[in-house]
Amino acid sequence: MHEVALAEGVLRIVMDAARASAAVRVHTVWVELGALAHVEPDALAFCFDAVTRGSVAEGAKLDIARTPGTAWCMPCSAQVPLGQLGDACPRCGSYQLQVLHGDEMRVKEIGIA
Amino acid sequence: MCTTCGCGDGETRIEGVTLTGGAHAHDHASTNGHAQTQWRVRQGGSSHAPVPAHMHLHADGTWHSHVHGGGSTHVAHAGADPLGATHEAGVSAERIVRIEQDILARNNAYADRNRHALADRGNFALNLVSSPGSGKTTLLVRTIDALHGRVPVFVIEGDQQTSLDADRIRATGATAVQVNTGKGCHLDAHMVGHALSQLDPSDGGLVMIENVGNLVCPAAFDLGEAHKVVILSVTEGSDKPLKYPDMFHAADLMLINKIDLLPYVQFDVDAAIAYARRMRPELEVICLSATSGEGFAAWLAWLERGVAEARHARDQDLGALRRRVADLEAQLAAAEHAT
Repeated sequence: MHEVALAEGVLRIVMDAARASAAVRVHTVWVELGALAHVEPDALAFCFDAVTRGSVAEGAKLDIARTPGTAWCMPCSAQVPLGQLGDACPRCGSYQLQVLHGDEMRVKEIGIA
Repeated sequence: MCTTCGCGDGETRIEGVTLTGGAHAHDHASTNGHAQTQWRVRQGGSSHAPVPAHMHLHADGTWHSHVHGGGSTHVAHAGADPLGATHEAGVSAERIVRIEQDILARNNAYADRNRHALADRGNFALNLVSSPGSGKTTLLVRTIDALHGRVPVFVIEGDQQTSLDADRIRATGATAVQVNTGKGCHLDAHMVGHALSQLDPSDGGLVMIENVGNLVCPAAFDLGEAHKVVILSVTEGSDKPLKYPDMFHAADLMLINKIDLLPYVQFDVDAAIAYARRMRPELEVICLSATSGEGFAAWLAWLERGVAEARHARDQDLGALRRRVADLEAQLAAAEHAT
């Protein structure tokens, strides 16, 4: 599953930052995943645990925050909430939607010692 | 995964050769999960003794070793740590470091590099994605034959194992590079960057990247292509766009393949298109058959438009460069005349 590749991406970012900050240990990694992001959070957490073994981030807590999805509804000419890809506009029922937010996957902060 | 550089490409093979080179050329050591930087042969003493299972380097240059029981987890010692720094027990200087980085930043950087390399040569590059068995390779073979003499085609093939697909492409006379991902489920931009240097597409050529057959994972990875083209065959069911939204959301063109089989299957073409356009309202759609050739003219026309646009964009860039050179030459001539 591609969450392995994503977890490796998180680890790389964390290791670079830990090295730059002369950290001896990373105890927490705060990550933000949009509601529409192409990732399964539980799978990411599982893979994160596996890929960090033996690194400065071994045993680190992965804190995952979900951010909501929004889209621009073309018939409504308005921004509307979007729970998942394939949902219709909650106001008018159209599928003419352009995703605005919710597909991001970001490492926000790390807690180090 | 290598914990030294974080690359996950230890199992990837391009034309049978493992992916090393540059900063990634180092040992991918054993599987007890510890960082490779900790593995060293102890200096002095009984130097012929076998390397202990697990060693730590302290900041003062001394080593200590553990004996592992089967499956035991490592417990950190005060003063010992993977980066070699020490800290006093009981004092923890906890800090929060702000990162704000896209998890896929590294892949996207490789993808941008690929995109620029392709643009410099005026190559139109497509990322073909689908389930296994949708007819991608057959479609490619027919496409190469149809464009023969008009547009040179260069192919990167992605599969877990074998070079069967690259072999089929090469049989048409086109150049192909096979990437084997091992246990990997998708191509990424790093692999494609290496494959592109081996492929060495000619100026103005069409580059086709046939991704690993997988309707889920490849959607997340930009390879540097101009478009993702999703291929859905009529034997797979009209509801696939609803069940696999990310792939259809990521695509710019959908090819509905194997339409010669429509009389024999329960496939609702209009429904499939409507479902796919729920995920991607502007999705273009072409229905065709790679075996009968029905609908192929529209696909070839779409390709040739893309090839022409890529060549035109490169020419525009060269045009700008030529204008600048002409300006500088004029300045030089004026300066020489004045002296």
